Amino acid sequence: MNNASEVAATSPLTFGLGLVLALGGILGLFLVANAQDAVIAGHGYLFVAFCTLGVFWMIKRHYDGADPIASEDGGVIYNDGVVRAGCIASLFWGVVGFLAGLVIALQLAYPALNFDLPWTSFGRLRPVHTSAVIFAFGGNVLLATSFHVVQRTCHARLAGEWAPWFVFWGYQLFIVMAASGYVFGVTQSKEYAEPEWYVDLWLTIVWVVYLLVFLGTLMKRREPHIYVANWSYLAFIVTIAMLHIVNNLALPVSLTGAKSYQLFAGVQDALTQWWYGHNAVGFFLTAGFLGIMYYFVPKQANRPVYSYRLSIVHFWSLIFLYIWAGPHHLHYTALPDWAQTLGMTFSIMLWMPSWGGMINGLMTLSGAWDKLRTDPVLRMLAVSVAFYGMSTFEGPVMSIKAVNSLSHYTDWTVGHVHSGALGWVGFVSFGAIYYLVPKLWQRQRLYSLNLVSLHFWIATIGIVLYITAMWVSGILQGLMWRSYDSLGFLEYSFVETVEQMHPFYVIRALGGALYLIGALIMVYNCWRTIRGDLKEEKVAGLPTTPQPAPAAAAQ
Amino acid sequence: MAFKHAVIEKNSILLLVLTLLVVSIGGLVEIAPLFYLESTIEKVKGMRPYSPLELAGRNIYIREGCYNCHSQMIRPLRDEEERYGHYSLAAESMYDHPFQWGSKRTGPDLARVGGRYSDDWHVAHMNNPRSVVPESIMPGYPYLAETPLRIPDMAAHLRANRAVGVPYDDGMVEAAEADLLAQVSPDTEEADALLERYPGAKVADFDGNPAVLSELDAMIAYLQMLGTLVDFEAYEPEADYR
Repeated sequence: MNNASEVAATSPLTFGLGLVLALGGILGLFLVANAQDAVIAGHGYLFVAFCTLGVFWMIKRHYDGADPIASEDGGVIYNDGVVRAGCIASLFWGVVGFLAGLVIALQLAYPALNFDLPWTSFGRLRPVHTSAVIFAFGGNVLLATSFHVVQRTCHARLAGEWAPWFVFWGYQLFIVMAASGYVFGVTQSKEYAEPEWYVDLWLTIVWVVYLLVFLGTLMKRREPHIYVANWSYLAFIVTIAMLHIVNNLALPVSLTGAKSYQLFAGVQDALTQWWYGHNAVGFFLTAGFLGIMYYFVPKQANRPVYSYRLSIVHFWSLIFLYIWAGPHHLHYTALPDWAQTLGMTFSIMLWMPSWGGMINGLMTLSGAWDKLRTDPVLRMLAVSVAFYGMSTFEGPVMSIKAVNSLSHYTDWTVGHVHSGALGWVGFVSFGAIYYLVPKLWQRQRLYSLNLVSLHFWIATIGIVLYITAMWVSGILQGLMWRSYDSLGFLEYSFVETVEQMHPFYVIRALGGALYLIGALIMVYNCWRTIRGDLKEEKVAGLPTTPQPAPAAAAQ
Repeated sequence: MAFKHAVIEKNSILLLVLTLLVVSIGGLVEIAPLFYLESTIEKVKGMRPYSPLELAGRNIYIREGCYNCHSQMIRPLRDEEERYGHYSLAAESMYDHPFQWGSKRTGPDLARVGGRYSDDWHVAHMNNPRSVVPESIMPGYPYLAETPLRIPDMAAHLRANRAVGVPYDDGMVEAAEADLLAQVSPDTEEADALLERYPGAKVADFDGNPAVLSELDAMIAYLQMLGTLVDFEAYEPEADYR
């Protein structure tokens, strides 16, 4: 710790962070020493390792000397290191998450693949898949792009020197603790909020620092206006904080044990969960990724955002209406009817602001439609917005009670989620990564645009296989459940409907495999780009001149 | 336009505060009334807290992620009532921290699975689902029967539940440890005492192995009580029209 105090001479903030890390390490040791169960002990070790590495890294950086943070002529030196790290983490977790999805899809088609072991059963691996794709892949894409976008559109370096790195590594620690917890049986069973209380507390700390870094950068901005992408990022960060805290209110059985009991019970807990769950979609997977759309689509198309007024109207109406939509996950349940009806009404209204965003994104291509033929990255971004439009139409349809009585509890829901997740979230993320990688590593362009095109087509075919299989299986199963024979008896036993699902589960797994292959192609392409390789190939229509910052584009 | 949006987009704190305000409204209007509107949870006879063994089984159910494929929420639709029984009431999950309504039926609803199958059937089914349902795609859980039920401090679990609103009394908390074993020991004084604390609980050697109190004992004890508590003879739905 001697070294840490020497750092203090130069920067009290740095010393403070070192101290916090040291205290965190001691807390971790306390957890290890008093652990009630093996999982929390393991997580205690992880936490100690995290804090120790953090302190050593700070000491090392102190002696190595940090990079300059402002150039002599007053220009901005952007903090690109953390964005680069975020891109690599996104690629890594993307592959992990898609692979986990493929595994559990195969388990549904071939149950022997559960291996009858605790750590490999569907029930424990499904949260690994959902958390890996939403929070690990999606979360890292959001971290990387938000840190990139806020710097460029504010014309300011990211606030804090250690804080962005703390957010990045702290978030990775959260992911590892969450996923390892599920595999070893630690979960609070609330979908997309499965991590137990102490992991939730850790994420809360990381998230507050994330908010401070983002807000601090906005405050440092040299542009008078806050660009529309940043409204979305800000709404995403602050709303997720609210949802996360309220939905995870729980009382641990012991301060050194993993198990907790939720503060709310039954019907209240159910609505709180789906208020959270639906808005994890609304703010994590929509608002945040709209931020990506609002920066990367104009950049890649080299056109201004279609309508400033539309972006204002659709932003405020979207964030206002989304929050109300949660009860449509609880149609015909023991939730009071008034709440169900309210949820359905707002879900249908939500169609409009959703399409407002889609129109604003797609119409940004006005005057640049020809680039769809020549620029596969822009094609990916444009198709992502089209998928966004499709699934935000399907959603309101499914929220109508009569439709929901058929679709609920079936694969139709799963298909709907994946048209949004694979089509919208996945493709807009891939587009942003393809845009960022050559920029961040100062390469002339991507290693191969033809590989991007290949990725696009393989992944698109994968999505189409996936969602059509789920439409058919979902509607088929829903209809079989409610089918009566001529004597007025239920026609099918439950397991007969399960049997019918098999071919569709195989097709779905095939679709997922194609999507995973596409992602592997992307990883290869990005790796070669980072290495500095350029593939000789015929590339038409790629803009080669540097483009103006879009900060003023919305006005 | 008299109102200039530029004011908001030039002030990051204003943008933050307005956003937080706008996203708070929906949740407040929809969730808060559930805590004070009396019609939200029906008045029923028969609901009681989980016995320690049932609670331990429920925690295993959660640990294994059963909720990923099984709902516990029967909707008031003709086919569901014929397939699964009376539609689920809010009262039936009033002690569920957290709720287990589920969102997907890869397997059937379990809200009223209690008493539908024998303990032996459950033992065989958990060990290898395809031995009793050949078309099943459920994972096997053979290790539950082999794993002794280990809970460092059962009373602490009851106390935590009491702190979040489940009416466990002092006697229940004191006997928590002993009640785990009592529920797998039929025809004993301890079992009678357990039944007084938890009326309607099923006492049996669930896993068919009297030598060990296993995780499978707890799991089957939980499954066998699901949906069995509320006395529907005495339930008047008209009283709860809302």
